[in-house]
Amino acid sequence: MNRLTQIAALCAFNLRTLPSRKGSAAAAVFGIAGVVAVLVGVLSIGEGFEKAMTSAGSDDTAIVLRSGADSEMTSMLARSDADLMEEAPGVAMLNGKPLVSPELFVIVNLPKRSTGTDANVPMRGVEPVVFGVRDEVKIVEGRTFEWGRNEVIVGRGALSEFSGTDLGAELQFGQNKWTVVGVFEARGGLSESEIWADAAVLSPAYRRGNSFQTAVVRLASAGSFQQFKDALTADPRLNVKVVRETDYYAGQSRVLRLIITGLAAIVSGLMGLGALFGALNTMYTAVAARAREIATLEAIGFGSFAVMVSVLLEALVLALIGGVIGAAGAWIAFDGYRAATMNWQSFSQVAFAFDVNLRLVTFAIVYAMIIGLIGGFFPAIRAARMPVAAALRDR
Amino acid sequence: MKFALLVFSNFKRHKLRTALTILSIAVAFILFGYLAAIRTAFAMGVDVAGADRLVVRHKVSIIQLLPKSYESDIERIAGVQQATSSTWFGGIYQDERNFFAQIAVQPDEYLDMFPEFVVPPDQREAWLKTKTGVVIGRGLANRFNFKIGDKLPLRGTIWRPADGDTWTFDVVGIYEGGKPETDTSQLFLRYDYLDEARPFAKGMVGWYHMKIDDPDRAAAIAQQVDETFANSPAETKTETEGAFMKAFADQVGDIGAIVTAILSAVFFTILLVAGNTMAQAVRERIGELGVLKAIGFTDLQMLALVLAESLIIAVIGGSLGLWIGALAVSAGDPTNGALPVFFLPGRDVALGAVAVILLGLVTGALPAVQAMRLNAVDALRRE
Repeated sequence: MNRLTQIAALCAFNLRTLPSRKGSAAAAVFGIAGVVAVLVGVLSIGEGFEKAMTSAGSDDTAIVLRSGADSEMTSMLARSDADLMEEAPGVAMLNGKPLVSPELFVIVNLPKRSTGTDANVPMRGVEPVVFGVRDEVKIVEGRTFEWGRNEVIVGRGALSEFSGTDLGAELQFGQNKWTVVGVFEARGGLSESEIWADAAVLSPAYRRGNSFQTAVVRLASAGSFQQFKDALTADPRLNVKVVRETDYYAGQSRVLRLIITGLAAIVSGLMGLGALFGALNTMYTAVAARAREIATLEAIGFGSFAVMVSVLLEALVLALIGGVIGAAGAWIAFDGYRAATMNWQSFSQVAFAFDVNLRLVTFAIVYAMIIGLIGGFFPAIRAARMPVAAALRDR
Repeated sequence: MKFALLVFSNFKRHKLRTALTILSIAVAFILFGYLAAIRTAFAMGVDVAGADRLVVRHKVSIIQLLPKSYESDIERIAGVQQATSSTWFGGIYQDERNFFAQIAVQPDEYLDMFPEFVVPPDQREAWLKTKTGVVIGRGLANRFNFKIGDKLPLRGTIWRPADGDTWTFDVVGIYEGGKPETDTSQLFLRYDYLDEARPFAKGMVGWYHMKIDDPDRAAAIAQQVDETFANSPAETKTETEGAFMKAFADQVGDIGAIVTAILSAVFFTILLVAGNTMAQAVRERIGELGVLKAIGFTDLQMLALVLAESLIIAVIGGSLGLWIGALAVSAGDPTNGALPVFFLPGRDVALGAVAVILLGLVTGALPAVQAMRLNAVDALRRE
């Protein structure tokens, strides 16, 4: 028999006898499944948050803020600034009108549905041009608000997270009453956490006069960004900073991403160590329990290398099964789970859904396989080195 | 004594297996320590909120400002001892990533209101004398290696000085936390300096803190405050400090629930692995246990023998884990300063100790009962 057929025969033999070692095999499988489930679960929070923050952004859109401002919250621009932007080069046009959307951004208090405690909900005042600039926004229920009236539309995320935002409901902020007339989607992006109203109605209610916070600008193409930015920053009448929308949102998700990755690293590192000990235990026990069997195999001519490979392979198969069970469990439990958290930069709520994707699952299963590899390696060496005569004599 | 010897000699039977089991339990409890600290950090001080303190903010949202004149109006209400204002500063130190809370306050009133921020008397004196002075928390000082006497530049985002965009403050004091759970990641600057130097929103503050005589009357006083400012351009919402912080913590999300879920997953896993190992250790020795029974061990002794074994393994592994966990937590938070408080509360250490005992009992229970019910004749024949 050559080596390969030896290995194949032994592996098949090992795997066939797995059911007789159900208990210890199950312990290893579930140990690894637990690690993978937790790892995928924690990372899916970060993935989901990032998806909500970045899927809103596109390369051919720019955000203009007052220079020195780090978020919409702290930015402030005048009406005349927007007029200057409309004349700048690189701005896309729709029906002869430049696509520059000046926007107001305020925060209102609404109770969270889950806890009943107050949350900072972002509310955006917009002008008609907004639907040309942010063309991902689609009304999915009801209708859009009528310009000039105290009506609002709510994002899908805001609707599911905050009470009092149902279609037809009346919201009161300070002395102003607003009627919810529609629900919108924005491809899962950040604005789905918001409430939108006509800027012309919102502005006097918040005494914003003729000012607003930011301008969102649709560019003629992704390449026109530099041209547009240079024109604005060179203009002595303007004191603004221009950021690509994708960069702006990536910056906004930084704090949470930092927390999540720090957390995930520690949790998965420690749990991986725990699962490794479990796997080592299982495989050492398996080798010890089969000492006689292995010695017999070697006595009848199987090479110790083949024995080693077969033990290693068994560990890998167990790790793979554990990894797949864990990933599937995490996918069932976490994917699409809706939650909301604080966006520290704008001090307001972001609704998002946990996102278990293929990249995450692959990463976790590879991690499980590495645990299996190390967990099987040392017991495999022990099996290979077992003195045949002593093992056969041992009862 | 003989009994103890018997238990310990069993550990030596499979030294490697015993060691691996102890280590995996230790790892679980290191994780337990970390998660307890993280959960405490995310609770945002709900547990330490003063029962006799209320927070007054703008009804529409916390970012809306309130007039400074409200302070004396609030203090006139019966049952209110003192009120003082806070204003969010929101400056950037070098880079946005270095986020920490900066709040403009009235030094004397604020430190009286919050005795948990402990400032040495000479530093407090210096703060009162220095308009550009700031007092920072011990945690913040350690994070960026700030010392008393340092100049601290902050780029203004909401508030900008009359010229340029950077404020320069002088570090005149460092406050210590009165309790382990006190947030020492903050910076306090003087409100009078901010109000003088900013070009707009003069005479406006962010929110108020107030201290009341009788915590039981909190709801009535809160209502009275809100009625005082009803139908004014800046209506208020008043709630206890605990409720205010709870709402804030809830905004960050159901982190508590997620952490609990992770914990349960971990324990389930460890329980399974450790339990299986224990059960195996007993199964292998059926014959031996039969001998023990045959020579006169009682049922109760058999139960105790096996339970003692699992308890000892759990206690060694668990205390090792809790100890390393506490050390790791005190070494600092894993997110490099994003969490304002990071420590392992005594309550969670106690909870961990209970979990250790439970783990030992649960993993030992099944094999122990098996050992107890063992029929000496059957066991010996099985060999």
